[in-house]
Amino acid sequence: MKPGRWLIILPPLLFLLVFFLIPFALALKISFAEVAARVPPFTDILTHTPGHGLKLTLSPSNYQYLFTDEVYGYAYLYSLRTAFFSTLICLVLGYPMAYAIARASKSTQNMLLLIIILPFWTSFLLRVYALEGIIRDNGLLNTVLLHLGLIHEPLKIMRTSLAVYLGIIYSYLPFMVLPLFATLEKLDHTLLEAAADLGSPPWRAFVHITLPLSLPGVIAGSMLVFIPAVGEFVIPSLLGGPDTLMIGRLLWDEFFGNHDWPVASAVAIAFLVLLAGPIAIYQYYTVKQAEA
Amino acid sequence: MERRFSPLLLTILCLGIAILYIPIVVLIAYSFNASPLVNVWGGFSTQWYSQLIHNRQLLQAALLSLEVGVTASTIAVVLGTLAGIALVRFARFRGRLLLVGMVNAPLVMPEIITGITQLLLFVSMVQLFSWPHRGFTTIVISHVGFCTAYATVTVQSRLQSVDRSLEEAAMDLGSGPARAFIEITLPLIAPALLSSWLLSFTLSLDDLVISSFVSGPGASTLPMVIYSKVKLGVSPDINALASLIICAVGGCILIAGYVMRRAEKQRELEATSSGFVE
Repeated sequence: MKPGRWLIILPPLLFLLVFFLIPFALALKISFAEVAARVPPFTDILTHTPGHGLKLTLSPSNYQYLFTDEVYGYAYLYSLRTAFFSTLICLVLGYPMAYAIARASKSTQNMLLLIIILPFWTSFLLRVYALEGIIRDNGLLNTVLLHLGLIHEPLKIMRTSLAVYLGIIYSYLPFMVLPLFATLEKLDHTLLEAAADLGSPPWRAFVHITLPLSLPGVIAGSMLVFIPAVGEFVIPSLLGGPDTLMIGRLLWDEFFGNHDWPVASAVAIAFLVLLAGPIAIYQYYTVKQAEA
Repeated sequence: MERRFSPLLLTILCLGIAILYIPIVVLIAYSFNASPLVNVWGGFSTQWYSQLIHNRQLLQAALLSLEVGVTASTIAVVLGTLAGIALVRFARFRGRLLLVGMVNAPLVMPEIITGITQLLLFVSMVQLFSWPHRGFTTIVISHVGFCTAYATVTVQSRLQSVDRSLEEAAMDLGSGPARAFIEITLPLIAPALLSSWLLSFTLSLDDLVISSFVSGPGASTLPMVIYSKVKLGVSPDINALASLIICAVGGCILIAGYVMRRAEKQRELEATSSGFVE
């Protein structure tokens, strides 16, 4: 290994190590501390007293607290359930979209891809805000429906779980379509022709060939929607109501409202443990695809 | 390849695109509404746009966001290029797996977790080194973190398709590896650098959650100010501001896409004319 190479490797490696990885270790450490009225607002887990040397005090009380206070269990379950069903709906909606784009002619394909990518990069916060303009009580949806005489009083969508679902599906749909498109585009069409030649009806060819071959895209897309959706803060905060308590919102409140940093750290660590599986699956598939 | 679309497929595609675009189109339309009531159309007006210019809080926040965006994306592109080179050109080195993990993790890590953990780091660092003070510096550092991830992935995929024989030819002719890289490969990956800068800039400009955690008193970025306003409900001046930002960002992305595609075409042309067809 030439020493010059380390000049290239070390800057990004060290930066991400110090500013991305080490913070997680710190959060783990602070999750075992106790809240204290000082700056920063928690106790040291390593204390040095003359005569006794170093003393390590690990307090599991924050984690016990997560199990005793029902609100945390509720928020974790609610977040997982919301993220799961939103991901499912995104998949059902996104798969046919990706499939259609993959089968379009090259020039149409480029245009359609641009149409999908554009909102993907447009301000997330502002898109959630834009959605509020559609679904609020006197928003476009209710105005149109009332005008058409389909409903007689405005639908109550804002501040409900439905609003959170709509928000997640609207915001994350491109994250589902793009990886799906990437695998469907590479699909070898001669396989489908062979299946058709051998007398297989199109739906069977789809179930036995297209679907299994596009599985990496299904998994990557689902993880790209599911993982951030579980931790979503902006959507439940702007569109949801008091009962749409997602874990991201709880963390935010614990931190900015209660100033309980150790409990917030414990919530974050417990959350990360919960997400370790999905993140590992995502990493496995992306690394495998990148190295291929 | 089959070109026929089944009607069902076409319907879902149109439905999906409609879902993505209707809210934005409605928002932009209502930003030209003369009525201050958000559900009544009171005629065409640009008054909300002209009011924005006089809002000092918004202007200050916009300026901070731009400064953060330019600084963070510039650093991120440098780090991302180095990481991209390391991952594509050096097959084996100590810490390779760690680097792969660390450039991929921020892409899926929920922002709220990144925000909390980085705040804890900055607080601990201040205790130890009395640096960095929460505000501009900490926001830039945290933005460089996730932007580097995106930049690395972009540069990496571009570098993978660069023809290494050109660089090897330069080295055979006596040029050092650094010079060969700068003179041959760097111009070839320049479009990827530009597009990853623009994407980083967009991401930085848009970030709310991480900035809210790591920023200090007095340092509010544009999304932070917008969030506190939006929390109170829909308002016409936010409609105008949102339309401006969406159009500016959309413009950036279109330019990035155009630059990438032109470079792609150029490459194809060169490849065909010089007889290399993969």
